[in-house]
Amino acid sequence: MNVIDLSRTPLREVNSRLQKLPNDTNERLWKLINVHGEHACAVGLTKPIEVQIDGHIGYYCGGMNQEATIVVNGQCGVGLAENIMSGEVRVKGNASAAAGATGQGGLIVIEGDAGTRCGISMKGVDIVVGGSVGAMSAFMAQAGSLVVCGDAGANLGDSLYEARIYVQGKVESLGADCVEKKMTPHHLAKLERLLKRAGINGDPSKFKRFGSARKLYNFHVDNVDAY
Amino acid sequence: MCGIVGLFVKNPALQSKLGAHLETMLIGMSERGPDSAGIAVYHSPVAQGRSKLTLFNADDAYPWRKLAGDLGAGLSVETDVSQKGNHALLTAEASESKVIEWLHANRPDVRIMGYGKLMEVYKDMGLPGEVAKKYGLQKMSGTHAIGHTRMATESAVTTEHSHPFTPAPDMCLVHNGSLSNHNNLRKWLRKQGQTFDTDNDSEVAARYFAYRLSEGASLNEALEAGLTDLDGFFTFTMGTKDGFAVVRDGIACKPAVLAENDDWVAMASEFRSLAYLPNIEKAKIWEPAPATVYTWSLH
Repeated sequence: MNVIDLSRTPLREVNSRLQKLPNDTNERLWKLINVHGEHACAVGLTKPIEVQIDGHIGYYCGGMNQEATIVVNGQCGVGLAENIMSGEVRVKGNASAAAGATGQGGLIVIEGDAGTRCGISMKGVDIVVGGSVGAMSAFMAQAGSLVVCGDAGANLGDSLYEARIYVQGKVESLGADCVEKKMTPHHLAKLERLLKRAGINGDPSKFKRFGSARKLYNFHVDNVDAY
Repeated sequence: MCGIVGLFVKNPALQSKLGAHLETMLIGMSERGPDSAGIAVYHSPVAQGRSKLTLFNADDAYPWRKLAGDLGAGLSVETDVSQKGNHALLTAEASESKVIEWLHANRPDVRIMGYGKLMEVYKDMGLPGEVAKKYGLQKMSGTHAIGHTRMATESAVTTEHSHPFTPAPDMCLVHNGSLSNHNNLRKWLRKQGQTFDTDNDSEVAARYFAYRLSEGASLNEALEAGLTDLDGFFTFTMGTKDGFAVVRDGIACKPAVLAENDDWVAMASEFRSLAYLPNIEKAKIWEPAPATVYTWSLH
């Protein structure tokens, strides 16, 4: 394993080194220590390597990730794995606001809680949260799945396009155009697979499914007075 | 953009390190605010019957000793003054209102940065680390302290518009965000007898909370009322003589992180500022929820 001490090596150098690894690299396991809440750590990785980050990390950790597996042994700041394309980003602690924002693919696992707007504008990423999510999660979500083993804050799924939301605990309130939907065997199987893949304990039979009522897709003439 | 930090010490054994820790926290917010910085530190209370004021004049050679002498003669009281950069720390054997009245009448060129029995306030231009060094933050002991770093985006870099705002004795407020109903609130507060030093929206918030507290509200009640009456974006951190508070608006888009253990409570705009606090690895760390009031008290 390659260990990089961020109190000695500048972050840009670390990111650059990880980004420039050749396709056939043998250096597949990395550990970053003394990270002290740095922003934009381990971003833009495109190779199937594993990066372990020891300690709490700042904003945009694992952003734009492709192929790599990133594990944060701590908490993380705003915008975890924003615009993730593929691969996996896992946080052992809590994540701050806008985790997985605009994510297009791959898997994000937050073992603790996530803050507000988790999965905002997600476009295909799967997000599994072991704890609860804050207000306005899955805001304007377009595709992918958000699995919440705990509770969801106010206005869940506001202005949802598509995307599937599964919540095991309580939902404080649903946002505009987000409705509860029937849990079909197809969705149950998908949820089971997601929980298993994320290694998160949850009882699929206790989850409720939420999705878009698809009423905001088009302008409705009955609403003309509102404008 | 700006950065906020606050530290509230629960374990008296750590009081001697208050300034040193706040300095590290403040430096952590350099990128969020490289233009100017301000600090309010609660330490060294003055004796009963005395008051303590932090004063400012841009001239490094301002005759502070003469001011103290004149004030002493004018009010027939004992005074003491020490200069720190372009600030001066004045203590007098008189109530703060008497001292302020005298200063307004006789030294209109001096700005009062903060007053009370224990709070000291310093604001200056430059990188947070330079400001902390200039005012000797590292050596300051005490129970709690609040800091602010500013990146000016919409108005000039002046000490006048810098945080913390200090609307009442031993009370200070720092704000990250912007208020949209500050003009109406200012009008309303003026009717309630509040006076304003600047056109700044954050000063309106500070005076709003000062007004609520002066009407008998608890710190908690004042902040709860603010959630209804203040419209806009805010993460506030507030200090009173024995209290420390954090509150964010209902949308909570201005960042904030809280951390707490048995020894201290710390607040910062970003985790970077908390990363070097003692035993941070084992502290409880969380993001303050929207529209939720968090308060701590020394008693």
